[in-house]
Amino acid sequence: MNTFRDGNIVKPYERLNQDQLAELHRTSMAILQDPGIWCYNRRAAELFEANGAEVVLEESPSDTYWRVRIPESLITKAIASAPSKIILGARDPKNRLDINAEIPRVYFGSGSESNIWLDTELEEYVCAADQNQKRMLPRHTEKRGSAALLCRAAHLCEQLEHLDFFIRPVNIQDDDIDETNHDVNKFFASLNNITKHVQAGLTSIDALDDVIRMAEIIAGGPQALRENPVLSFIACIFKSPLQLVDDTADKVFAIVEKQMPLVISSSPQGGSSAPIQEAGIVAQINAEILTGIALTQLIRPGAPVLYGSVPVRARLDDLHDLYGCPEFNQYNIDCVQLARFYKLPCYSSSGVGNSKVPGMQTTFDKLFSHLYMAASGAQYIHYAFGLLDRTNTFSPLQAVLDNEQVGLAKHCMRPAKIDAAATQEALGIVRKVMTTSHKLFTRHTRKPVRAGDVSQPYRFESKDMEDRVLEKALAHMGELESRPPKHLDADIIEKIYQEIPGVLPRLKQI
Amino acid sequence: MTTENILEQIAINVIQGRVEAEDEGFDEGFENQPAVTELVTEALAKGLKPGDILIKGLTASMEEVGKKFETGEYLIPDMLAAAEAVGAGMDILTPHLLKAGVESKGKFIIATVAGDLHDIGKNIVAIMLKGAGYEVIDLGVDVATDKIINAVKKEKAPFLGMSALLTTTMRNMEEVVIQLKEEGLRDKVKIAIGGAPTSQEFSDKIGADTHCIDAFAVLDWLKAA
Repeated sequence: MNTFRDGNIVKPYERLNQDQLAELHRTSMAILQDPGIWCYNRRAAELFEANGAEVVLEESPSDTYWRVRIPESLITKAIASAPSKIILGARDPKNRLDINAEIPRVYFGSGSESNIWLDTELEEYVCAADQNQKRMLPRHTEKRGSAALLCRAAHLCEQLEHLDFFIRPVNIQDDDIDETNHDVNKFFASLNNITKHVQAGLTSIDALDDVIRMAEIIAGGPQALRENPVLSFIACIFKSPLQLVDDTADKVFAIVEKQMPLVISSSPQGGSSAPIQEAGIVAQINAEILTGIALTQLIRPGAPVLYGSVPVRARLDDLHDLYGCPEFNQYNIDCVQLARFYKLPCYSSSGVGNSKVPGMQTTFDKLFSHLYMAASGAQYIHYAFGLLDRTNTFSPLQAVLDNEQVGLAKHCMRPAKIDAAATQEALGIVRKVMTTSHKLFTRHTRKPVRAGDVSQPYRFESKDMEDRVLEKALAHMGELESRPPKHLDADIIEKIYQEIPGVLPRLKQI
Repeated sequence: MTTENILEQIAINVIQGRVEAEDEGFDEGFENQPAVTELVTEALAKGLKPGDILIKGLTASMEEVGKKFETGEYLIPDMLAAAEAVGAGMDILTPHLLKAGVESKGKFIIATVAGDLHDIGKNIVAIMLKGAGYEVIDLGVDVATDKIINAVKKEKAPFLGMSALLTTTMRNMEEVVIQLKEEGLRDKVKIAIGGAPTSQEFSDKIGADTHCIDAFAVLDWLKAA
């Protein structure tokens, strides 16, 4: 199997020079020495200690943890064993992702676990002053996330040509879902409706064996799954600042021992759980992520892991996350550069809206980071489809709008086709056109248009005096959602239902 | 290649928008095959009637191109490529058509008026007119009023098209109309104007015959004229 999704290889925009990267690295190492980390997981503390960290048990009536001071040598040695190349598999081999820290090939995907699903309908409104003036305006309805809606999201995301991987964008909160069956249902709902790579956090460590067995059935066996990991995991092992979480650490041990790919992510908020200054938040998140990655390599050298950086900024009026702001881009691109500095594949973020509904504000928020982060060269950019209200809401309509935006951003970042053959051809065209009376190059646009080199106008544009983006996007969404789903084969579904306890019978029909 | 076959190939290559052999077509696989220039030359060499080449080979296929544009299959570059291919064929055919007594659809003088150097729209109109079988006399850009009047007089052209892209230069169209009236030529020539700042209202105000929003509007106006 040598097929992968294309992705976009970009010439990365680099905000930091080598001295600044080295400075951030030194600061991260200094943080890991003093104050060190607050480790709440015994096994992790012992593993760090066995590999040269200074570990002291700190006990107080309100808190018990291991204070772990990690030497630079431990980090350096551990991250050197982390692979630069990772393949993230998919049901359809053509949808696999070729992730290489040394190649800035950019993939965009969804994310991440919002609680609210936002439906949008258009209603006709009549102008009070002039009954002949009518407008179609959106009416939005919030729904609680459910397994059925997750199936719908996966089916829609299968159809979005610019979405390269799927992180479930909505939580399943059905009455018959609890901690024991949450994982098997969220992975089944996703994998049964999309042939792209599926990634999620693990809710319960007890479900890991069932989830992996399900993936093995889909991939064709244990070995086939390791060669084509159709799913992978996200572990946000640090609660910023610098507190290594007990149960997430247990999950990291289990996932790494199962030889499955994993994102070690951290998401400090500049201004509350990290300094707002770029130098501070980036050095801190780097210390957190490197510690998590080091842990994976101490558990099993060579474990496939992504450097998961999701630094955000606090708004200062309510301390919620603020997306679509300069600092978000600055923090994130610094992290992409650091990952490249360490030759680690980077999981990054773009495209979250602060606004609660699709519209002009959201378009601003999203485009601001989509373009910038596409230029960063991060290998794996999540959050990019449908997220509103600072990741609290998923709007399928917005996902359709984002698909168009991401597609144009990808086109924008294509490498320049400038070489001797291209310039020679252009020279010939210039000379030919200058012999004509009209001196128009229009006829010669046809070849690049046919080759896909020339972008299409915005899919939802209007040429009249009205903005009909939402109306057109809704119509397009209807067309996408009417396409038949690409379910797993019936025998695979039967096997899953026979072997994996807890998968809801009704999901078989969706 | 048989006689019928050459005419068919000319028609196909007009639809493909291919002027010369090295041109790519709308579809793949045409490069380095004879195109309109080579095929019209070959057709004449084989003794085909210039009128047949014009009607069966060149102009009939433009209707097909027009349909493809209307359905969205073709974009402007495809349409212009086809018109340019017809124009290239016409350049070769014209002396033979004259000898055979076949007339063009008429002379069409076209110009961007004085003070204005914009010519993209004007050139598109010229290509389309030529592709539709008109004899286009393109005076170029920044054309003085006198020069336009003299061309109308000399060529006895039934049609005049004027273009301007600036609000400051569009007024010069009115000067042309006034001078045509003064010279007693206004009734002998139909005038179309175009360009971003112009409008039907402006056309009415200065006494032109029509305002055309694009090249297709010019062709529609001519069909109705």
